[in-house]
Formats: sequence, C-alpha cells, structure tokens
Amino acid sequence: MANGQLQSELHPSDLARTATVGARTRPLRAALSALGIMIGIGAMVAVLGLSESSKSELLSQLERLGTNLLTVTAGAGIGRGEAVLPEESVDMVGRIGPVESTAYVVDVAANAYRTDLIPEAQTGGIAVMATALNLLDTIGGTVAEGVFLDEATSEFPTVVLGAVTADRLGIDSLEGSPMIWVGNEWFTVVGILDTLDLHPNLDRSVLIGEAVAGSLLDSENPPSTIYVRAQPEDVVAVANVLPATVNPEFPDQVNVTRPTDTLEAQEAADDTLTGLFLGLGAVALLVGGVGIANVMVISVLERRSEIGLRRALGATRRHITYQFLGESMLLAGAGGLAGVLLGALVTAAWASYQGWDTLVPVVAIVGGIVAALAIGAIAGLYPALRAARLSPTEALRA
Amino acid sequence: MSTVLSLVDTVKEYPLTPPVRALAGVTLDVDQGELVAVVGPSGSGKSTMLHVMGTLDRPTSGEVSVAGYRVSDLSDAELSGLRAKHIGFVFQAFHLLTGYSALDNVADGLLYTGMGLDERRDLALSALDRVGLSHRLDHVTTQLSGGEGQRVAIARAILGGPTIILADEPTGNLDSKTSAGIVDLLHDLNRDGATIVVVTHDLDIAADMPREIHLNDGLVVSDQTKELI
Repeated sequence: MANGQLQSELHPSDLARTATVGARTRPLRAALSALGIMIGIGAMVAVLGLSESSKSELLSQLERLGTNLLTVTAGAGIGRGEAVLPEESVDMVGRIGPVESTAYVVDVAANAYRTDLIPEAQTGGIAVMATALNLLDTIGGTVAEGVFLDEATSEFPTVVLGAVTADRLGIDSLEGSPMIWVGNEWFTVVGILDTLDLHPNLDRSVLIGEAVAGSLLDSENPPSTIYVRAQPEDVVAVANVLPATVNPEFPDQVNVTRPTDTLEAQEAADDTLTGLFLGLGAVALLVGGVGIANVMVISVLERRSEIGLRRALGATRRHITYQFLGESMLLAGAGGLAGVLLGALVTAAWASYQGWDTLVPVVAIVGGIVAALAIGAIAGLYPALRAARLSPTEALRA
Repeated sequence: MSTVLSLVDTVKEYPLTPPVRALAGVTLDVDQGELVAVVGPSGSGKSTMLHVMGTLDRPTSGEVSVAGYRVSDLSDAELSGLRAKHIGFVFQAFHLLTGYSALDNVADGLLYTGMGLDERRDLALSALDRVGLSHRLDHVTTQLSGGEGQRVAIARAILGGPTIILADEPTGNLDSKTSAGIVDLLHDLNRDGATIVVVTHDLDIAADMPREIHLNDGLVVSDQTKELI
C-alpha cells in the first residue's frame, strides 16, 4: 500500500510555537533556568568586552604618548662605585642619526619645602631636579597651570612643580605667586605640570633651571636621566647603540628602557586575569547548562500527558524530540541573548566610568549566543529523546 | 456502508509475569456513520481496545485496519500520520493545554497535518460553533467549566472531519447533567455523519446508543445493533 499521504507534518512556525509551550505555561521556571546561562554568558562577554576596551584604550594611549621615547639612566657599576652618565653623553646621543630630540634632568642635592619653617626631615619625598628647557616637548608633557621654564626664567629662582608635588605642597593655582623653599632660597612657582603617564618620578619632582642650580644651589652634577625621542621605525636600533654612545668606556653601566613597555607589561598581566575570569564564566555556563538539563528532565516527567496527547494528535517521535530540544535551546538562547546584553551593558558602564571607548568584540556577541544554543542543544538532547521514547499509551495514562 | 475500522482476531498481551492478556481475540467491524458504545467492567480491555483501534498501540497478533490502512503495513511515523489525518480522540481527562485559548486548543487538532495556523483557526471557529462554544473562543482552559472543557476537546477531535472519532470515557469526569449534554452532542455529531466509538462504563449511556458492544476479560460477549426510536 502506498502511504505517501500518511505523513505527519508540522509547519515550521508551529514547531517554533510548540517549543514555547513550556515557557508560556511556566514562565518563572523558564526565566530561572535561563538565568544561569545569562550569568555565564554575561560574565564572558563582559570580560572580553572590558579587556578589548582597555586594550583599545592602551593603544590610543600608546599612540598619544608615542612608543618612540627611550630613557637612559646610569646602571650600577660592578666594583666601580656609583655609575654616572658622562657629562658629554647628551651631545653624543643627539648626534645619533634617527634621534629627533633629547632632553635630560639632573639630580640636585637639595630638598623642597612649602615654607622655611618646615623641619628639614619632612621632605615629602619630593626630588629637586635641574632640567633641560626642552624636557616637556621631548617627553610629551603638558602644563596644567602657568608656563614651563624658559631661557629667562631658568636664570632666576623659579620652579615648575610636578602634579604630585603640587598636590603634596598644597599648591593648586598660581594665584598670588606662591613661593616654596628650595635648598636655602625662596623660589617662585611659575608652572604646574599635568600628570605624566610614563614618568611618575617627574610627577614627584620640583624642576628648576640648570643655571640657577649651579649658581644658587652649587650643583654641577652629570645628567641623571636622558630622554631620547627617536624616529619610530628606528627605535630598536637607537636603543641598541645608546649604551655605547652614552658611555663608550663602560656600556654595560647604561640602562636603556622604553617606558611604554611598562604599560604593555601591565596589559599582559591583565590578560592572565582575563583568562581566569573567562574560566569562571565557563564554569557558570556549565552550571547553567546542567540547570537547564535538570529543568527539562522534570518538564518531560510533568508533561507526559501532553506528550501522549500530541502523539494521539499525530506527532511523530521526531516531532516530540524537536519540541523539547527546541524548548531547551530556546531557554538557553534567551539566556545567552540576555547575557550578551548584560555583558555589553556592564562593559559600557565600566568603560564610561573609566572614560574609555566601549568595545564589545563581535566574536564575543556571536560566540556567546552560539555557545548558549549549543549548550541548550546538549542539555536538551537526553530529555528530548526520553520524551520521544515514551509510548503514547503510557504517556496518556499519566 | 463502507467499513472504516476493523479488528480481526486481535490479541493484545502485556509482557508481565504472568502475561496479561488484555484483548483475547477480538473481531469486529465499524462502518462509516456508526455510533458505537463499548461497555464492560474495569479490566475488561475497553481502554486497550480503544488504544489499539486508535493505533496508539500495536496488537500482539491479529489484524487492525483503520480508514483502509492495515496497521501492520505502516511504520510508526506513518501511524502518526494516520492519527493526524484520520482519527480524532476524546479523553476522559480532556488533555487540554493550560494557558492556551479554547480556539488554539481546538486548532491543535490538525497541528500535525502541516496546515498553517490561520487556516486551522478558521476551521476551529466553526468546530467550536458546532459544539456550542462560539462565545468562549478566547477563554483559556482554566476559565472553562468541565463540560465546556470536554466540548473543546470534542471540537478538537472533529476538526477536519476525521474518518473515525474515538472517545475514552468522555463523561467520566463530569456530573450527570453535564454528561447528558456531552452524550447529546455525540449523538448530534453522529447524525451529521461522524463515525464515533465511545468507551464507557456507564450502561445508561450505552443503552441509548445504536450499537452496543460488551467486553469481558478481553473478549466480545455481546454486540447488538438496535433500532432506536
């Protein structure tokens, strides 16, 4: 007998409708079972989003600061006492081809105080440095208040304060021409610097002119730090020749660092944390999947009579499998979607709090939903097959 | 009249220890347009026979044919298709989907025929009208009385005009007055041409039906067709 006309069929839109029966009849349970997936996916999307946003922030920070700045300091000389940078080294460095500019600071053996009445021991951790006049241009710093030292002011007892220094001395404006006590002289504050991202030691310094340092404070030291701005494509080459250029006699006593490397190292450390949080998110996801499997098993037990009815109405085993598999994927998919939204929201909130651009990677969004659906399919497979295996008469007796 | 359902020496055994023989060799035909009552004490095999007739269960031996198809020739999936297109069920417990409207419950009667929802709703409208519930279309099942619930289930069973309707204790959960209404409805539907087999333990309901089959211990003990006034 030809039985081609005896085919049970379920309209695709009806397949979708049957998959929502469980969620419609027990919405709270559906919401709770989707919650686990939502938390897992949300955590993963937020972690990826935050890591991406902070990376992009780092890149724009690096771009702003330039990765072509090198700092040169004296290293420890083995058996030769304290190593110093030779006097003529700044000029030598300036003669290296791809070097765009150089600047330097010189340690001054003096302390800075708000007034002459402060006990000498209370230095506040503030260093006094004599500076080249092009320091700010070379390191890419900016002035928050007033001006930087120039040819004229550097001849006189004037100072520029680093951001932290200004804070510690309690000077936040130049109104009334504030003066501070440096060495044994009063110096007039002419400028306050913005925070320098890469040079915390300058933030904690008082900067004075070289001439003044020599005349008033009797300081004639060699440069303590040389700042070198090289052409971006030659940074590594410049870094390689710097030690021998600075100190041809003892090149091993010269430290060359790229300050932006510190930022990159911080970011690498953050990556480890990102991995940890992703792992935690994966655990939450797994627990969420087990929760859905659990709910589906219970649901199949409770809905035996519905399964029996559907078989009586003409559903095949496959229709029953699809219905429960679809329901499980729907729960997980809804949880995944909510999780992606939650993760994006958390990312946006934190990024805007930090003043970063919000960046949620597309792979996290798509991957989050796909992962949720896959978990739903795996979690729902056993309950769905169990529902389909039920004999119609047994199901109807329930 | 053509035969729409036939059982030939049908045996159904459940593999328990000792084996339970729920149907011990039943032979009967149901013709198109008949209204048949199947009565018997509990354990007589009524429900098993209804399940076998409805292809929800295969017989252990013997032959079952429904709407011209021999059950033994069909795969499980084809039996599902046979139920979807040719058999309507009415159950004692109604088996309505909670949270869904009367209209959508009825529309589910043809869910597995592949027909679209709009078309099924159109048919469900007239089926609900036929059972006297055109004023209850949008009520969810929890808002319906027992009699109304069973009418919805009957509307679902008659949707699309199946070859045969099988009712398993359709009045078992209802009081006598409501029962009478349901029985009248079955008579009405039969007069309109529906072929209906009703399994019941209620002898009064059976007595009013044109054909009465008595089962005991899995065997037909009497099968009489009456001239009703």
